[in-house]
Amino acid sequence: MVPVTAEEAIAAAFRAEWGRLVATLIGVTGDWELAEECAQDAFAKAVQRWPEEGVPRKPGAWLTTVARNRATDVLRRRGTEAAKLRQLPVPDADPDEDIADDRLRLMFTCCHPALPMDARIALTLRTLAGLTTAEIARAFLVSEQTMAKRLVRAKNKIRNAGIPYRVPPAHQLPERTSGLLAVLYLLFNEGYAATSGPAALRVDLSGEAIRLTRALAELMPDEPEVLGLLALMLLHNARNIGRTDEAGDLVLLPDQDRSRWDRAQIEEGFTLLTSALRRGNVGQYQIQAAIAGCHARAESAQDTDWPQIARLYAHLATISPSPIVELNRAVAVAIAEGPAAGLSILDNIDLPVYHLLPATRADLLRRLGRAEEAAECYRAALALPMSEAERRFLTNRLTELTGENHVPAGNRRT
Amino acid sequence: MKYLLIHAVDETLFDDAPDVDEGAAKRLAAWIEEMVGRGVLVRGDRLRPTTDATTVRVTGGDVLVVDGPFAETKEQITGYDLIECADLDEAIEIASKHPTAGMGTIEVRPLWFQ
Repeated sequence: MVPVTAEEAIAAAFRAEWGRLVATLIGVTGDWELAEECAQDAFAKAVQRWPEEGVPRKPGAWLTTVARNRATDVLRRRGTEAAKLRQLPVPDADPDEDIADDRLRLMFTCCHPALPMDARIALTLRTLAGLTTAEIARAFLVSEQTMAKRLVRAKNKIRNAGIPYRVPPAHQLPERTSGLLAVLYLLFNEGYAATSGPAALRVDLSGEAIRLTRALAELMPDEPEVLGLLALMLLHNARNIGRTDEAGDLVLLPDQDRSRWDRAQIEEGFTLLTSALRRGNVGQYQIQAAIAGCHARAESAQDTDWPQIARLYAHLATISPSPIVELNRAVAVAIAEGPAAGLSILDNIDLPVYHLLPATRADLLRRLGRAEEAAECYRAALALPMSEAERRFLTNRLTELTGENHVPAGNRRT
Repeated sequence: MKYLLIHAVDETLFDDAPDVDEGAAKRLAAWIEEMVGRGVLVRGDRLRPTTDATTVRVTGGDVLVVDGPFAETKEQITGYDLIECADLDEAIEIASKHPTAGMGTIEVRPLWFQ
């Protein structure tokens, strides 16, 4: 794809180069604020110069040179001791090697376990994905000031507590990698199921998560769980269209238009999953990808291999047990074996604040013709936080059941 | 980088063994030996229990003296170690090998002046 205008070239370069640039500058200067400043400055100069001088053949190299020069200037003016001013590596010497390592270093550092989880996510989005503080704040429904403080505190901690800027050593890599994947997965889910508030205002977090995980997969191509996570994201994201209608209301699985699914993403998802499974080290993301794969390969909802999905959830429960896994297993079992079988699994799950538990129970009771109990469960679900689309859906179900007109309790004005 | 390791353990664990338990003493000795050998342990001490603690506060020129620790929490400070090592990852590794890590919590706090 050849960018036509300077603006498009800059936007494309930004997408592709921001994370790499910031990562390199942090490696070279050891200063996160300075790195961001210099990266921002380089892009500002590009906005000025490229319309006149033309877009350079290697936009990334141009930006890196400009940014590094500025960093050198600033450090000199600060009178930094020679020891702190690291030797800037020759730009052409093994650029892919250095750049790849830098982004990986940055990813692992952003996701260090010593940082609070919300800071890991914010830092990843700011430094690797290049989202502005305002954009990240909107995505997580906090004020810009709050998000700015969160980012500053995180960077301060990295410096003051001596969090090292590096890819963890081999013996720590498994644990730290799964921590990194957990952040990316959280990010994807944040975008996937807008938990509250109008979805329209939120930045495409799922898209960012996919982009970041894709970059990670390039940098760690032999890690099956990295491939598994990317497969999972693609197999979910491909089927996103059609989950809601134009009014923003939920469309049930059997009613979704499968012809609108993104076949290319599904293909890629299967390719990645196969590649991951071949390595013989099955983990939670590969299993979840396999579950998404069951849906993706079904011609229609009726063709879905629910018994297989139930088996996969059972396997998942042995690797990473959680009440949510049990809940999903209950849903699969209910479809494969009948609502009563699903209900008995639900009885053993404790998830006090999660609306999908009472909502699922309500649905199964409804199918069994136990209307009053079902209505109670719908009411219990509606008392809990959820997206507007879900709220409307469950309210409709309750109305159908009881014939009354319901204004949902605790309905938030948006 | 210099860090203070603050050991916090539920003191009631020691109720049945008021003096130093032999197994723990051996593990502690091994830890000290390793960390001294690595050149990361600057100094460290075990503290007397909170029944021997005194809290001092000065307000409006008055010196308030109270028996006991500064906070009533389940875990209390039982000792400290001052370490000097490469980075937080190493500090975490050092802390994780200390016997109290398995009994309570170890806070790893960087010194203000490095």
